[in-house]
Amino acid sequence: MKLEDPRTIRLLWIVSLVVLALLVVADAFVEHHAHFGIDGGFGFHAWYGFAVCAGMVFFSKYVVGLLLKRRDTYYDD
Amino acid sequence: MTDAAGLPPPGLILVLGGLLLPLLRGAAPFVALALPLLTLAAIWAIPGDLSVSMPFMDGYTLTVLSWQPATAVFATIFALMAFAGALFAHPVTGLRSERGKRWRVELPAAFVYAGSAICVTFAGDILSLFIFWELMAIGSTVVVWSAGTHDAARSGLRYALVHFVGGVILMAGILAQVYALQSQGVADPLALSHFAFGAAGFDAMSFGPGQAAPWLILIGVLVNAAAPPLGSWLADAYPEASESGTVFLSAFTTKTAVYVLMLLFAGTELLIYVGLLMALYGIVYAILENDMRRILAYSIVNQVGFMVCGIGIGTAMALNGAAAHAFAHIIYKALLLMSAGSVLYMTGKRKCTDLGGLYHSMPITMVCGIVGALAISSFPLTSGFVTKSMINQAAADQHLALAWFVLTAASAGVFLHAGIKFPWFVFFQKDSGLRPPDPPWNMRAAMIFFAALCVLIGVPGVYQPLYAILPFPAEAGQTLYVPYTGAHVISQLQLLLFSGLAFFVLLPVLKRTLTITLDCDWCYRTLVPATWRHLIRPVVAALAEIRDGLIGGLPDDVKRFVYSPPQEGQYFREWGLGGAMITITGILFVYLVLTFTP
Repeated sequence: MKLEDPRTIRLLWIVSLVVLALLVVADAFVEHHAHFGIDGGFGFHAWYGFAVCAGMVFFSKYVVGLLLKRRDTYYDD
Repeated sequence: MTDAAGLPPPGLILVLGGLLLPLLRGAAPFVALALPLLTLAAIWAIPGDLSVSMPFMDGYTLTVLSWQPATAVFATIFALMAFAGALFAHPVTGLRSERGKRWRVELPAAFVYAGSAICVTFAGDILSLFIFWELMAIGSTVVVWSAGTHDAARSGLRYALVHFVGGVILMAGILAQVYALQSQGVADPLALSHFAFGAAGFDAMSFGPGQAAPWLILIGVLVNAAAPPLGSWLADAYPEASESGTVFLSAFTTKTAVYVLMLLFAGTELLIYVGLLMALYGIVYAILENDMRRILAYSIVNQVGFMVCGIGIGTAMALNGAAAHAFAHIIYKALLLMSAGSVLYMTGKRKCTDLGGLYHSMPITMVCGIVGALAISSFPLTSGFVTKSMINQAAADQHLALAWFVLTAASAGVFLHAGIKFPWFVFFQKDSGLRPPDPPWNMRAAMIFFAALCVLIGVPGVYQPLYAILPFPAEAGQTLYVPYTGAHVISQLQLLLFSGLAFFVLLPVLKRTLTITLDCDWCYRTLVPATWRHLIRPVVAALAEIRDGLIGGLPDDVKRFVYSPPQEGQYFREWGLGGAMITITGILFVYLVLTFTP
């Protein structure tokens, strides 16, 4: 089973999504001690993790990247 | 405290041993493996109440050996790191090979660097601390230079300049404080207790009269902590060192700065925000980066940000978290850079765009790299999980909402930029067609050693010895911190795995390009030279023409007195002693007028 095989990649995606779903479901079985209200909500760390990462990627790419990205020979020229 | 004259600080074993290594010829590589272990044994053999002082000049005391609250944890990991680094750098190809020749310069320098860092952790007065702090700058600069490339030479020079400027700022702060203390008639003005500004309630959020000393010292230390905008030297210099040089460099400078911040500025609120900025800055720059070792360099800034934030929070939990995290961080960061260094050593390539698919032929390097990646991301059952979470917990306990939400976001971002990005682009991604084997035995051994520590420290129960040497150990019968609760494990896994989902969903956006991202080093690499070339030099040249026109009309005797042009081949006109004397006299006169009180 090679990792480059599309069937392997498909299988990995399915397994990963099942694990992610189970993790969110697991939230129902543990007791969170909220310090700020929102952080104790159901599935908070799941959506927060996804949202801030997406935010950081877009901010890096389309704000910092647009302003400060240069060819990697910039200092050699 | 007991005094024992003549006992040197244990870090000197590495400093002096390192300097003597070149004399040992063929035996040197093996002695190099023994020296850090000897240092580690010496650190642990010193009684906890021992203090060694010596008189200095007239009326001062230097305390070269004393235990501070965080000494045990930092000195121990520095010595362990020196051992693993020496093992990774071991010249298996012989001292006459290219790598062996480089080793003969790099390793002694690395030992001076590591030994000085240990001496900083044992320093009991500000001057001893400063002396070893500067010795670290010299050792680390030689480590960068020893890579032997043109880029390393230039980058090392920039590195040295930044650190010496930082050192001058630090020294200015120290002198200002010593002067103030002497004016107040304080008997021992070099004692560290007089420099514990955090404990004394120094408020860095407002700048008032008489605060120059703490500010200068804070800035001097933050240069070494790589806090933006003072920290672009790190991502500039570290990736230019050799594959083993970068491993050494990743450990000592920033973590010694963390140690000193903890000693002097614990509880200084500004550091919370500096730490949060560092944590986010590291992620943003690492996301955009293409050089695998520069990705890891930016992630050092990100991780040190957690520690600096913890020091700013300043509670016992936060300071324990910062110290424990420094311990764990040195191990997994060195492991990640060993993995990247092995790839560089075996392929000669360092850009993500040139790499990929190496899991086919470098399984040990890949597995060790992934263990380091999991540890830096604080996965349960790794060292990061039992250390970094103490800082988040401290932020929650103090109800610091901004700190908690940003640190949690940064924890997710760590997995994105280092936890997945590094292994994915180097070992998986596309098949680059490269099929290098795993590196030589010594490199594999060093990686396996640190990978084992990353896992061991994270195992429930096994982390207790680390908790026992933290600055604020638990009282008898009390528990310091319980990392393994159902809620903590589930929330951490959610945070990290959904961060992973974001990575793979956004993979097209994250595709690597042949680019760099400008940082503050642009100021001294481009702005200053360009200002000189395009602004100052033309103005000076124009003024020279005016001068020549004015002086041209004067009689020869007068002309010679007023102005003597530079000789052929000289860049600058020699300035006689007379001119210098006139200038100094002028300055003294102005000083006298300004300070004269009738």
